[in-house]
Amino acid sequence: MRQHRVPLILLAYLAIFPLGAVVPGVLGVLQKAASVFPEWLQVYLLWFTDTYLLNLMILVLMWVTIGSAWNLIAGYTGQVSFGDAAFFGTGAYAAGLLSTKLGLSAWWGFLVGGPLAVLVAFPFGWICFRLRGAYFALATLALNEVMRHIATIWQSLTKGMVGIMIMPTFVSKLPYYYIALGLAVLSIVCIEIVVNSRWGYYFISIREDQDAAESMGIDTHYYKMVSLCIAACLTGLAGAFWMNYNGSIDPRSVFSLHDISIMAILVGIVGGVSTTYGPAVGAFIMVAVSEVFRTGGFGMLEGLARMTNSPATEVVAKYVKEAHALSFGLLVIVIILFLPNGVVGDWPRLKRALWPWSGKKA
Amino acid sequence: MFFEAHHIVKHFGGLSAVGGVSFRVDKGEIFGLIGPNGSGKTTIFNLINGFHSLSHGEIFFEGARISGLKTHEICRRGIGRTFQVVKPLKRMTVLDNVIASAFLRSRTKSQAIDLAEETIEFCGLGPCRDKPAGGLPIASRKRLEIARALATKPKLLLLDETAAGLNHTELEEAIELISRIRTAGVTIIIVEHIMKVIMTISDRILAINHGLAITEGTPKEVATHPEVITAYLGADYVA
Repeated sequence: MRQHRVPLILLAYLAIFPLGAVVPGVLGVLQKAASVFPEWLQVYLLWFTDTYLLNLMILVLMWVTIGSAWNLIAGYTGQVSFGDAAFFGTGAYAAGLLSTKLGLSAWWGFLVGGPLAVLVAFPFGWICFRLRGAYFALATLALNEVMRHIATIWQSLTKGMVGIMIMPTFVSKLPYYYIALGLAVLSIVCIEIVVNSRWGYYFISIREDQDAAESMGIDTHYYKMVSLCIAACLTGLAGAFWMNYNGSIDPRSVFSLHDISIMAILVGIVGGVSTTYGPAVGAFIMVAVSEVFRTGGFGMLEGLARMTNSPATEVVAKYVKEAHALSFGLLVIVIILFLPNGVVGDWPRLKRALWPWSGKKA
Repeated sequence: MFFEAHHIVKHFGGLSAVGGVSFRVDKGEIFGLIGPNGSGKTTIFNLINGFHSLSHGEIFFEGARISGLKTHEICRRGIGRTFQVVKPLKRMTVLDNVIASAFLRSRTKSQAIDLAEETIEFCGLGPCRDKPAGGLPIASRKRLEIARALATKPKLLLLDETAAGLNHTELEEAIELISRIRTAGVTIIIVEHIMKVIMTISDRILAINHGLAITEGTPKEVATHPEVITAYLGADYVA
């Protein structure tokens, strides 16, 4: 239990503090509670009582789910997937179509989205798990594109590029936040249980050496399928959540290679491949990085351009906003060079680099 | 009949790696397989183990045909194997390596851990059980191969050059381990280059060259067979 102490404290914090945004009276209580802490910390403690930051936090939690799922198939089982968007999009479209075609609530997407994503993963894995290493990764890339094209071309069902729009159920962000939090906790707990069971041992054996695993009596094809299906199910749930939260989807956004599939990989790699909390840390960092770039340093660059009247800064501001995909690339290079096991995996090393004086006693 | 390979043939394209070898192994014996480099010993293991599919022929184990089954199914039937080029699961500890394979014969995780610990002690890997397998010296890696195979509780164990690269003391220990495995009731087929090992522990030996059987018999018969000497040392050495 000891290794879970910090995450549990964080979870308690994440569960309580956002209430201050909505529930009257709670904010005052929280402020009083926060006043125990030093002044500089209070600002951050009350962060998620702000709706904009709550929105970002919902994104983080959604990425925790997707990143953890990616981590199961790619980190633990060693089958690198470039196609998470296929499952994410399937989940999202499942929720959306339930609403537009059957007139049901899009929330039923949580029941249908996961299984439907598994239904996509199953035949794909059955065929493509004969491929190993990079060849499998290429196949997942193809799956991503195939699903995107299906969603684009099958206009009678999906309305093609127009996409699907539904009315959001809640005006407040708070219900979405708690659903996302539940989903994130569910996926981390679920994967933690799986990884510590027989399946986990089999997954890691397959990653380390498939031939050895096979001659240890492990049905490698079957267990790779199990891993992929669990990952697909969780990613599908995240997709269904996205449909409900965002209210509109189209093939380009939910089946996007760089916004979903690559992002999932980055969340995993930055946080730390095959660690329990790596994807959670990775999700936080990646959402922060992409938000900083998307908004041009929260409008800082544009402000700077206005202040200095410098056309050069204005150009920089414009390109920084458009270059968030480029920033991902740079981040990956930095991570692979300096923290090959991610922030969580290389935490002892990172700690020594950040606080050189603290590691002396060990 | 315990184990029988019936006229097994393997072609890789135009190359015939194994050209029709037949042999039987009785329960409880240690059956040696010798031959110069490239004579097809490891290929025969890969055929038994299901890594390669047979071009012709059949393999029987405990009366049932096992050729055509998948590798993990063959392991489940009770044939374990080690690899000549060792394949430790590097980023797992020695204990986890063995637990992963002990799950095959255990219903719960605690059963698997018990079986794994028992196997590790049996193989003399106790001191390094919590070390990552990737950092082990070669002698321990070879032992880990054996431990992992034993944790699947095999009835027949295929040992592929488990003594190669070991020094004199380690060699003695390896021979001792193999005889203990036999005493525990496991039948063994062993491929080995080191004559000291194979001549001391084998009950019967099959010598092959260019994928064809040369002769079969007791260690002494095989060692003095003119064709075996020719295959290993050249025609000049035939007494």
